[in-house]
Amino acid sequence: MFRNTRIILTSALVKGLVGQFVAWALGYGFIAMLRAFRGLPTPGLYEPAVAFGAILSVIGFLVGAGVLTDWLKLIVGKRTPLRHGAPEGKPEWSRYLNVDYNHKVIGIQYAITSILVLLIGGLFAILFRIELAQPGMQWLTNDQYNTLFSAHGIIMIASILLGVGAMVNYLVPLMIGASDMAFPRLNAFSYWVAIPSAVLILMGMAVGGWDTGWVGYATLSLRAPLGIVLFMLGFWINGFSSIAGSINMLVTTATMRAKGMTLFRMPILVWGAAAASIIQMTATQTVGVALTMSVAERVLGLNFFDPAGGGNPILYQHLFWFYSHPVVYVFVLPGLGVISELLPVFARKPLFGYRWVALSSMGIALVGFLVWAHHMFTSGMADALRMPFMFSTMLVAIPTGVKFFSWVATIWEGKLPKNPPTPLLFVFGAISVFLIGGVTGPILGTIPTDLHLHDSYWIVGHFHATMFGGYIFPFFAALYYWYPKVTGRMYKESLGKLHFWLMLPAFWVMSIGQMSVGLLGMRRRVADYDPALGITTTHVLITLAALIIGWSVLIMIYNFVASTRTAPLADINPWRSRSPEWQIPSPVPEFNYAVPFEVIGEPYDYGLDGATYTREVVPVPSGD
Amino acid sequence: MGRLRHLINIILLLVLSTVGLRYLFESIFALPVAASAEARPIDNLFNGHFWMIAFLFSLIMVLMLYAIFVFRRQDGDETDGPHIHGNRNLEITWTIIPTFVVIGFGIWGAVTLNEITRPKEGEMTVDVVGKQWIWSFTYPEQDNIGSGELVLPVNRTTVLKMNAEDVIHSFWVPEFRVKQDLVPGRETTLRITPTEVGSYKLRCAEICGLNHTLMEADVRVVDAAGFQAWVDEKQAVPAFADLTAEERGAFWASAEGFGCVACHSADGSPGVGPTWQGLYQHEVPLADGSTVIADDDYITTSIHDPNSQVVGGFNPNIMPQNYLEQFAAREQEVEAAEAIDLDITADIIAYIKTLQ
Repeated sequence: MFRNTRIILTSALVKGLVGQFVAWALGYGFIAMLRAFRGLPTPGLYEPAVAFGAILSVIGFLVGAGVLTDWLKLIVGKRTPLRHGAPEGKPEWSRYLNVDYNHKVIGIQYAITSILVLLIGGLFAILFRIELAQPGMQWLTNDQYNTLFSAHGIIMIASILLGVGAMVNYLVPLMIGASDMAFPRLNAFSYWVAIPSAVLILMGMAVGGWDTGWVGYATLSLRAPLGIVLFMLGFWINGFSSIAGSINMLVTTATMRAKGMTLFRMPILVWGAAAASIIQMTATQTVGVALTMSVAERVLGLNFFDPAGGGNPILYQHLFWFYSHPVVYVFVLPGLGVISELLPVFARKPLFGYRWVALSSMGIALVGFLVWAHHMFTSGMADALRMPFMFSTMLVAIPTGVKFFSWVATIWEGKLPKNPPTPLLFVFGAISVFLIGGVTGPILGTIPTDLHLHDSYWIVGHFHATMFGGYIFPFFAALYYWYPKVTGRMYKESLGKLHFWLMLPAFWVMSIGQMSVGLLGMRRRVADYDPALGITTTHVLITLAALIIGWSVLIMIYNFVASTRTAPLADINPWRSRSPEWQIPSPVPEFNYAVPFEVIGEPYDYGLDGATYTREVVPVPSGD
Repeated sequence: MGRLRHLINIILLLVLSTVGLRYLFESIFALPVAASAEARPIDNLFNGHFWMIAFLFSLIMVLMLYAIFVFRRQDGDETDGPHIHGNRNLEITWTIIPTFVVIGFGIWGAVTLNEITRPKEGEMTVDVVGKQWIWSFTYPEQDNIGSGELVLPVNRTTVLKMNAEDVIHSFWVPEFRVKQDLVPGRETTLRITPTEVGSYKLRCAEICGLNHTLMEADVRVVDAAGFQAWVDEKQAVPAFADLTAEERGAFWASAEGFGCVACHSADGSPGVGPTWQGLYQHEVPLADGSTVIADDDYITTSIHDPNSQVVGGFNPNIMPQNYLEQFAAREQEVEAAEAIDLDITADIIAYIKTLQ
């Protein structure tokens, strides 16, 4: 007991958090000292000092946690061999609290952090959903409400990025036959830098919150409470995680594939992850610029957005959406990859139109860069700009349609099980929910209808359906599907089904309810509404549905935690998949494949007798 | 034969489901009353989209559920499905057809947008100002009368020329369908042709800070005679010189003046700023722990330099810090028109004194 406490207290996580707050205090003190030299007092929570301390605090975290140690050693010319396995004399579980370079450990770290952050963001949603169940203000103030919904947005985005990181890190090296990611230290950095970023955002709530939503539009951002500075810095730091992680993923995929694995023989999930990584690598910088400019305008007094000093508030929106629209495809492309990956396994049929599905991911990524201004149809842009963005937006429907049709064609005449296991149920749920999100999109794309729906609850319903269908449901499907691979044990099927049958109907009610009240005049981001709109009953239903979704997720977490120890050992390949990761023991050994494999066939040749995807490379005797 | 039977089943289910869903949408996707000429073409487009939503949702769901229930594995069957890799003609079909459909909807949208934004005959202009968290309206063609409620004549196109003073706001009356942001530093316009006499609510649709939820104004659509009567009534307001200081103060505090009432209530109800009721000559606890008596000096300072003495429990940086300049500009304007020596700050204090 005492030993475990000591291991936790000396873990990289705790040391990093201590380092973060020490560095924060030092940064704050430094500014206070500079002011003292000029004879100025420094009030409590003085904004430039808080901001400077926050930037230092991230470095403090990384130094404290030891994420930078190897690189610092390399700079001074010391050898830094990669460490493998648990630290000496410490149990295996301690790896997850420390800086570890194994992609599977990092993948699990991502997954657990993602779920914890998901719970925080979900809790915020439930808090303000309860407020919204009835008109009038019940138990939150406007101030608290604004901070809660703003934080809900950015925290969920952080959770999704972590979840995408989990899937990419754990699965991509396994699927392409690599022993690890290309840059293991950068990989650890990508994960660990997300922690101080989340701390900054949560601290932002503690020092007064902010009331701009996750978009942080100028000029409201220039007038918002102090919390916005920490929110923006946290968001900004998180960009490092995205950029570094995506470069790592792309290099790994480009250079470390097994022999014979041509691009069109990669498991389809790798295509989704690659398309997502291309977006992350190229778009994240612009939101970084937008956030930098906002913080600089507030803290340093530079002028970019405030028209009083010659700035332009619309500029912020362009910079912001140039990232923040494509990033929704970062969220959904890996999830859609999971759907495409799992359907052939359960239908025992090849993925219909593999190349079309693979290229449609790239198509979505490409078109995704050309549509950002559809978030600004009511901003006052010239019609000469609105029209082209309307047409480009409508084009997104085409590659998305290819995916839906290919999924349907994959299961057509397929041998789906009579009693679908939980991962398959979640895939069906994902398709239905993403379909709701998809078909409710074009109505937002045509400008005249968007003029009514913009900033209404229709949008809220539409993007929650897109996020749940494109990410949450597939992510949960992936968790159930690869749980036996990760832990070597089987989750409880009955609880998994209970989770699904609670969550799917509740989500349908929530999302369609949101769209319904939006049409009737419910605005986004309001703490209260006029009962005369006639939407109170629907709001009660939405709140009840949100509560059910919350409880169902807790059931999943209980299932996963309880099954790690007591559940029966899983078969090596319980789903009879052809994918290489299912051909080796579970949990996966430290270096993945004892014998490397080569690809000699198509990945999804179910139903073709004698077809094989991979075989172990037979060591060729050397010539001499 | 099997294929044909599936095809017939699918088509039957698809038609049933599409029509059923479209019927269901009448209740779950109901729109508010259409009260403007712009709403008509927009609602037509809505109708087209709702049919498309019903059809596409049905198409994928029918196919998916059909595959799940009709083709699923029978007991004892251990074989795999048929080995079908794909079909190029199908892929091309479901790429090309949606392309034409979305381009068609795009053109429909473009034509509709052009119809609702193009200038119409006999337009009237109203200047709209949005600021945290209040709306005000000025009628330049009616002697610049000002109003805190938007009164519009029916069946006449009004061009709203909109400006934001501080942050972005957005003009939305759901019954009119159209929406337009108000952006600081640039003027945006919106055309509305009300077609139904009645009362509506304008609400800000873009998050604009603390009291975004409460940023609303009354909208009244009246017939031509009613509009003229309202204008006459507004124009008949006495000159500032004929008002008492208290009456002028109440006017300055209103939406037509400087909108103080958006944050400071006159009846003791809580707001973003401290209420004015019972304020004068009473003790005020400040954020730094000290207290002051709310006399003329304190109130003057609080208006001109609001961050200097923030009241406990309230946030700094919310109240604009340029009221001194705003007042000076307005005083000059009024003094040029009327022979009167004006002090807006003193008027407001006189008004506050009446709120005991």
